[in-house]
Amino acid sequence: MTDISMTSAQNQSQTGKIVLRWLLYIALGLFALFYLMPLFVMITTSLKSLDEIRTGDLIALPRDVTFDAWRTAWSGACTGIQCEGVRPYFWNSILIAIPAVAISTLLGAMNGYVVAQWRFRGANIIFSLMLFGCFIPFQVVLLPMARTLGIMGIAGTIPGLIFVHVIYGLGFTTLFFRNYYVTIPAELTKAAKVDGAGFFRIFWSIFLPLSLPIIVVTVIWQFTQIWNDFLFGVSFSQAGTQPVTVALNNIVNSTTGVKEYNVDMAAAIIAALPTLFVYVVAGKYFIRGLTAGSVKG
Amino acid sequence: MSPILDIKNLYKSYGTTEILKDINVSIEPGDFLVLVGPSGCGKSTLLNCIAGLEPITGGSISIGGKDMTHVSPKDRDIAMVFQSYALYPTMTVAKNITFGMKVRGVDQATQDKKLAQVAAQLQIEPLLNRRPGQLSGGQRQRVAMGRALVRDPKLFLFDEPLSNLDAKLRVEMRTEIKALHQNLGASMVYVTHDQIEAMTLATKIVVMKGGVIQQIGSPAEIYNRPANLFVADFMGSPAMNLIPAKAHRADDGTRIEITRKSGGPIVLTDTKNRDLPEDVILGVRPEDIADPDLRGSESTQAAECLIDIVEPAGADTFAVMQLGGKHVTARLHAETTAKPGQPKRLSFDLGKVSYFAPETGLRLN
Repeated sequence: MTDISMTSAQNQSQTGKIVLRWLLYIALGLFALFYLMPLFVMITTSLKSLDEIRTGDLIALPRDVTFDAWRTAWSGACTGIQCEGVRPYFWNSILIAIPAVAISTLLGAMNGYVVAQWRFRGANIIFSLMLFGCFIPFQVVLLPMARTLGIMGIAGTIPGLIFVHVIYGLGFTTLFFRNYYVTIPAELTKAAKVDGAGFFRIFWSIFLPLSLPIIVVTVIWQFTQIWNDFLFGVSFSQAGTQPVTVALNNIVNSTTGVKEYNVDMAAAIIAALPTLFVYVVAGKYFIRGLTAGSVKG
Repeated sequence: MSPILDIKNLYKSYGTTEILKDINVSIEPGDFLVLVGPSGCGKSTLLNCIAGLEPITGGSISIGGKDMTHVSPKDRDIAMVFQSYALYPTMTVAKNITFGMKVRGVDQATQDKKLAQVAAQLQIEPLLNRRPGQLSGGQRQRVAMGRALVRDPKLFLFDEPLSNLDAKLRVEMRTEIKALHQNLGASMVYVTHDQIEAMTLATKIVVMKGGVIQQIGSPAEIYNRPANLFVADFMGSPAMNLIPAKAHRADDGTRIEITRKSGGPIVLTDTKNRDLPEDVILGVRPEDIADPDLRGSESTQAAECLIDIVEPAGADTFAVMQLGGKHVTARLHAETTAKPGQPKRLSFDLGKVSYFAPETGLRLN
């Protein structure tokens, strides 16, 4: 008798667990749908013709799938008087982002290595100052930066934009690498010193090979920041050196006459694809790197 | 023969904090020097100074007869084994061992030869292609030793190399290090906080406290004739009994009076030591308080003691009682008749007794 009541109670709690689990899944699914809605609207709109957009429903699937809008956005849409699409600006962004990410990551790694492992007088003060750099609003540096770029003779050029992004990113990259390297026992550096390795040898042979997780974190962070940047891009570029974000703005805001929503959507998706790509490819390492603790040998 | 390591008047301070004060140590080739002391006594800092990993504030260090005070670690002809092993995590065992040679530009053939030699010596051939993360603690320890051995240096430095191992492995590796020292005849400096390690390994011990050397001597000297109360208390397990006592001059020597919890004081006669002040602290090793039937030398004297606690430890049984207001431990044999709460006749051997001054803590005899 007691046995039977026990099992039924167990069954009840078992079903309770399953119901709870399903409720959780449903809630999560609803949230996911909610967040995916804008992307859905963007993709479907970009695949519709202008006529269909004008007559049809915003969230309806396209009747006739057409890639015309994508083609126009990539190579035909007008930004002001030029009608070359986002293509040249997309390349500008790549030319800016890749060197800027590479240089700021490498310098950040070096800075972090020095601050964490080569304790010198004032190391903490220097690190605090660099950290402070992370909190300086973009707007504050605009004027001094414009002046600096002018003096250096790289105003309005792609190297100029790379320089700006490297400088602004150093605080973050240094912070990431410093916090990672500070968990590595100082004895590792000591052992390498006794083995005869110098400053750079220890960095290249011992610290960099250890750094994959934090390199991935830094690259994702920096790439997203630099690719998505609009303010520096619009302030320090001129015709021909503008990044894709600025071009997107120009396409959307400077058209006259009929608003080509499908082209705008396609251009926006194109502009967002690289960051999406980087995150999907390296996202696994991102989480791992953020939570990575010590690397006890 | 000139000393292999000679430290003269070494001072080390961080800002205004003095870490090491007037350190003078020298060792002969083939010596095994152990720096021992409680944590924070400066022993690891001293080792880092010898290695050149920490700059010193004053004094000089010479290794192999050459002044090395301002020479960088790589040119001091030393090798070091660290507490955390400090193996390079991304390199294989073989690369870990040969990294130093690679940095110094030793040719590949020599590297391979030396690697094979060291791997055979430490029996780590099967591990050569693994990474440190795939090794057990004992194996990592061996690899770390291999990295030092392959260097064939004038001086080996060990920084608490066994403290991350479990108790059983620690004893095994201790024996192995001792064997290694005997086979190589190399000079070694070894830092530990474990006084048993110090006693078993050393040919010469330096006991440190608060950045000051308390005593330098052979293990037997340190054990039998500690220079002060700190050394007496720190070296030996269980620790030396330090019992406050009164000394009175008598015709046949010195009468030593120790108060008991109940009854009159125990009175012992020391025939060897005279001219002691009235207040002394008597230092007696637990093995010098034993069952009466075991010892029969002229310096032993028996006295009745009330046993508080009996702790069997296999080979010996420790009995704890209260004398002179202190807990006193006696090392009795395993089948002793001592029972807690009951009096027992114990024999005190004053042959190797130490006396200390209560105010200064310094040795009197």
